Amino acid sequence: MSSGADLLRVDGLTKAYPGVVANRDVTFGIKAGNVHALLGENGAGKSTLVKMIYGLVRPDAGRMQLAGLPHTPGDPRDARASGVGMVFQHFSLFDALDVGENIALGMENAPPRRALAKAIRDVSTAYGLPLDPGRRVGDLSAGERQRVEIVRCLLQEPRLLIMDEPTSVLTPQEARLLFGTLRKLRAEGVAILYISHKLEEIRALCDSATILRQGEVVGSCVPAETSVRAMAEMMVGDSLRAPRARPHAPGDVRLSVAGLSTRPVSPFGTALKDVTFEVRSGEILGIGGVAGNGQDELLASLSGEMRSASGHIRLEGRDIGRLGPNPRRALGLLAAPEERLGHAAAPDMSLTENGVLTAHDREGLTRRGMIDWRRARAFAEGVITRFDVRTPGPGTAARALSGGNLQKFVIGREILQRPELLVVNQPTWGVDASAAAAIRQALLDLASDGASVIVISQDLDELMEISDRFAALNEGRLSAPRETADLGTEEIGLMMGGAHGLAPA
Amino acid sequence: MNFGSIDPVLLIASLMVAATPIVLAALGELVVEKSGVLNLGVEGMMITGAICGFAVATETGSPLAGFAAAALGAMLLSLVFGLLTQVMLSNQVATGLALTLFGLGISALIGQDYIGVKPPRTQPIDFGGLGDLPLLGPVLFNHDWVVYLSLFMVFATGFFLNRTRAGLVLRACGENHDAAHAIGIKVVRIRLAAIAFGGACAGLGGAYLSLVRVPQWTEGMTAGAGWIALAIVVFGAWRAGGVLLGAYLFGGMTVLQLNLQAAGVALPVEYLSMSPYLITIAVLVVMSARRRTRLAAPAALGRVFHASS
Amino acid sequence: MPGRAAGMCGMIALEKRPQPSRLWALATPLLAVLLTMIAGGLLFALLGKDPFAAIRTIFWDPLFDPQFSGYSRPQLLVKAGPLILIAIGLSFGFRAGVWNIGAEGQYIVGALSGAAVGLALYPYDGWIVFPAMVLAGLAGGIAWAMIPAILRAYFKTNEILVSLLLVYVAENLLASMAVGPLRNPEGGGFPGSRNLAQWSGSANPELIAGTGMHWGVVAAFIAVIAAYVLLARHMFGFHVRLAGQAPRAAGFAGVDPARLIILCLGISGGLAGLAGLFEVTGPAGQIGIDFNVGYGFTAIIVAFLGRLNPIGILLAGLLMALTYIGGELASFMLDIPMAAIQAFQGMLLFFLLAVDLLVNFRIRIKRREIAP
Repeated sequence: MSSGADLLRVDGLTKAYPGVVANRDVTFGIKAGNVHALLGENGAGKSTLVKMIYGLVRPDAGRMQLAGLPHTPGDPRDARASGVGMVFQHFSLFDALDVGENIALGMENAPPRRALAKAIRDVSTAYGLPLDPGRRVGDLSAGERQRVEIVRCLLQEPRLLIMDEPTSVLTPQEARLLFGTLRKLRAEGVAILYISHKLEEIRALCDSATILRQGEVVGSCVPAETSVRAMAEMMVGDSLRAPRARPHAPGDVRLSVAGLSTRPVSPFGTALKDVTFEVRSGEILGIGGVAGNGQDELLASLSGEMRSASGHIRLEGRDIGRLGPNPRRALGLLAAPEERLGHAAAPDMSLTENGVLTAHDREGLTRRGMIDWRRARAFAEGVITRFDVRTPGPGTAARALSGGNLQKFVIGREILQRPELLVVNQPTWGVDASAAAAIRQALLDLASDGASVIVISQDLDELMEISDRFAALNEGRLSAPRETADLGTEEIGLMMGGAHGLAPA
Repeated sequence: MNFGSIDPVLLIASLMVAATPIVLAALGELVVEKSGVLNLGVEGMMITGAICGFAVATETGSPLAGFAAAALGAMLLSLVFGLLTQVMLSNQVATGLALTLFGLGISALIGQDYIGVKPPRTQPIDFGGLGDLPLLGPVLFNHDWVVYLSLFMVFATGFFLNRTRAGLVLRACGENHDAAHAIGIKVVRIRLAAIAFGGACAGLGGAYLSLVRVPQWTEGMTAGAGWIALAIVVFGAWRAGGVLLGAYLFGGMTVLQLNLQAAGVALPVEYLSMSPYLITIAVLVVMSARRRTRLAAPAALGRVFHASS
Repeated sequence: MPGRAAGMCGMIALEKRPQPSRLWALATPLLAVLLTMIAGGLLFALLGKDPFAAIRTIFWDPLFDPQFSGYSRPQLLVKAGPLILIAIGLSFGFRAGVWNIGAEGQYIVGALSGAAVGLALYPYDGWIVFPAMVLAGLAGGIAWAMIPAILRAYFKTNEILVSLLLVYVAENLLASMAVGPLRNPEGGGFPGSRNLAQWSGSANPELIAGTGMHWGVVAAFIAVIAAYVLLARHMFGFHVRLAGQAPRAAGFAGVDPARLIILCLGISGGLAGLAGLFEVTGPAGQIGIDFNVGYGFTAIIVAFLGRLNPIGILLAGLLMALTYIGGELASFMLDIPMAAIQAFQGMLLFFLLAVDLLVNFRIRIKRREIAP
């Protein structure tokens, strides 16, 4: 066999969905005891590829071999039985069940409760991932939830471990702990398929890399010997354009939040505790932190979806804590939530209708409650043209748009309404590089024109790039904002709470 | 008026009989809801069970055959709901209502020839002398087998849901079907099985009404028992023991109200008859206003599942 | 993206359409009616009746048979009026995810409160009597619907169960009123109120002879038009649609969920109450123990069959009225029990929900699962 040395060999794998080829003729191999990176932008086909290896999706054509034998998993159970484990980016966990139950669910022949609890403790201490089997998963932090997934995989003693964007939910310190675990596994001969778009960490961790673009393999490299720039250009296909720099001359205080505490928005959400900060006109405030530390609550209390006691939120000196979303919009406070489909936009409604959703008042799209559909359509068309939204027209349903295009529409819809203060949560999540650059540029332009912008994001690189000041949310508390230019990675990590759930480092 | 005519021991014994149809139907619905499916067709499945059981028991002379037919008939009907909601992805609320409307119609159609007919009797189990014990005898040792089956089912359902792997898998489907799918659980199959079980239980409960509790066939005889069963699931905070408690409280109310009617309380009959419904509503309000009850509800309850990746 | 809807049909895949299909949205109700006719024909054949004769008796004869159409045609509007009026009300809530399934109870209480006002004024028969009764009917329906509305809005109690359980309460209330306070003192002790249709102050007469048109039908038509305008052009209709499709987006758009629940239940309760009032003053004539005949439940089918669209509900209401009249005719002519018609209506809703799939999904037959 030509591929004798590879643990997993993927040969000519192809998978097409209506209108899009997710993977075309993908070929690569991973050796035992190797960490292999799968690099690519959002939409490059990484997820589909690993789902085929894990038995969630069946290929249209091509072959896979695991340790020389054909690998054709009909479902994830088959894949696990043949020694393939996977840690998802969005955890497939059950909030209402405890850690032990969650882990038992992922195992074919789970031992009795008590024996399993012991096994969990043993494995988690052996690999430096402390975990209490009796705790309810809904109460865990993102990093701890990831540990549940990893321990679940490790209990099956996998030969191949797939990690999908594992550090996107971790603080830098937590990421370092994870790398320690992965190196230990590598030393034991486990092959690791590591998906990421963070090039620095790939250089630090991975032995080899395969780069995907638009569903095809466009190259491979040894990350330690390749520059970040070279890898980025292979991923994107052409050279990246950095956002234009901006003179930073903050004006008067526009929004001041003082001692704001809230309840959680969902049963397993995180309440805000005594949050205090200010934003000035012409300034971009970046708010970082691992997901689930109060980001949704902060956006909801600023947008007006969640009311707070009076006296804690002031816009240009006016107390707005008791106002709902529409009165706040009238005052110039606009927002764009993280979840595009279902929160920022109604999936089955047209773009015209989704324009009416937030802009009916400021853009004069209604008269005595009656909607002027002609003006609404013109407004949606304006957003589409200004922000280069790729769509057949304003009559298209929101859910028919790609993630990036819908995000451009959602952000554009708010920016075109000339906000005094714009709050965005995860503005470029799941958006391809060029669209992300366009959105960041639009936010920078908005601030240059004198508006205030609050960007809540988990992408630290993004926040470092565009924000003037930076603060981090950690378990519902906000650190004191600092000038971005003065910050280093270590300090940012500590602001984000260091290593969650571990003894103080 | 004579309250002295109400014997507390007999009251308890008869509330167990009154509650048995609700216990059975609510346990079935409990399992269905734990798997993440809201089947509002309990009333339709119960009444279909009531007539299927009645017809078969009368034709064969065997109440046992009647109960079997009731479970089967209602299960078939529930699988129509299963096919529509799980395979054809229809709205669960609308489909459940359709099931009730259809069940009421089809049962009336089958039942035309059975109005006024007497079904074969279902005898209490003979425990020898135990049945004659004071107090305990009538309460514990003088019932038919269905009452004991319903009590066993409470225990079995609780054990299944909390102590077995299959129960854990079923609860996982009800908490987060996408995550369940991602780890390779066959969500649709498990939900279809739960729906079929719920149908069979509702059918048994309906047959108990027509064969034992009343016992005769009249159109629309379930009179909201299926809806009460749905409310009892909420009341029981999605736990088998809670369902038993709720159903017995409701049964107690019904029996007490009937006893008061018989005792000639100076309140119009209609107001006594509506009291169980009003009390069910009151209990629902108290339970649902509590945060803990809301958290106990399966998180994926009523949501459409389509495996899209 | 495709996925297998169920393991049992691995070769058939459901593919979500990027946009709902307009063609299928129009075609599915017709397809459902056709499938119901076929399945209903089979049901009638099982009962030993000629299926073709039965279908013709139900769907054709009431309108076109020279012998019966004279009686049946006006009945079409008489039966469709309350169905349409109630279904229009329900459609707002159903779109917004507020499930009032107790319209039957609101219908009863509307009729009771309207009749009570009328009977309290008896024998005064000034012009003010009927409008006062209409207002009372409206208020009664709204008040009854406010019970589930307030419980849902402020205590998060399931409105499906509460509204439904209140139907049984309303039926008992109806019975107690019919034998108690509202009983006709000149009725010789029989249950039932005075005949409101035969008393000039409260009568809701046929407005155009031979058409069946009465004030309730007029109200139904007005409701259709008003609902159409609200849903297509007004922010309220927009918020109703938004809340049903994407509740979080509705919150983001500033929709107050409690207010929406109260409005939706208020509209549906009010219209059901009106339907009850127009019925008790017209076609039914009096408060009796068996006053309600299930319009409140059949209207649920009408609302869905009409795709929650006002024009669709108008057509669906007429069709469902036809099955009532045709059913009566079939029971009279062919000895087909009315229960069969009820089952037939339930079947129609089943088929509609089943074929609804085609609006949002494309069905694909997969040729192969794994390439060699």
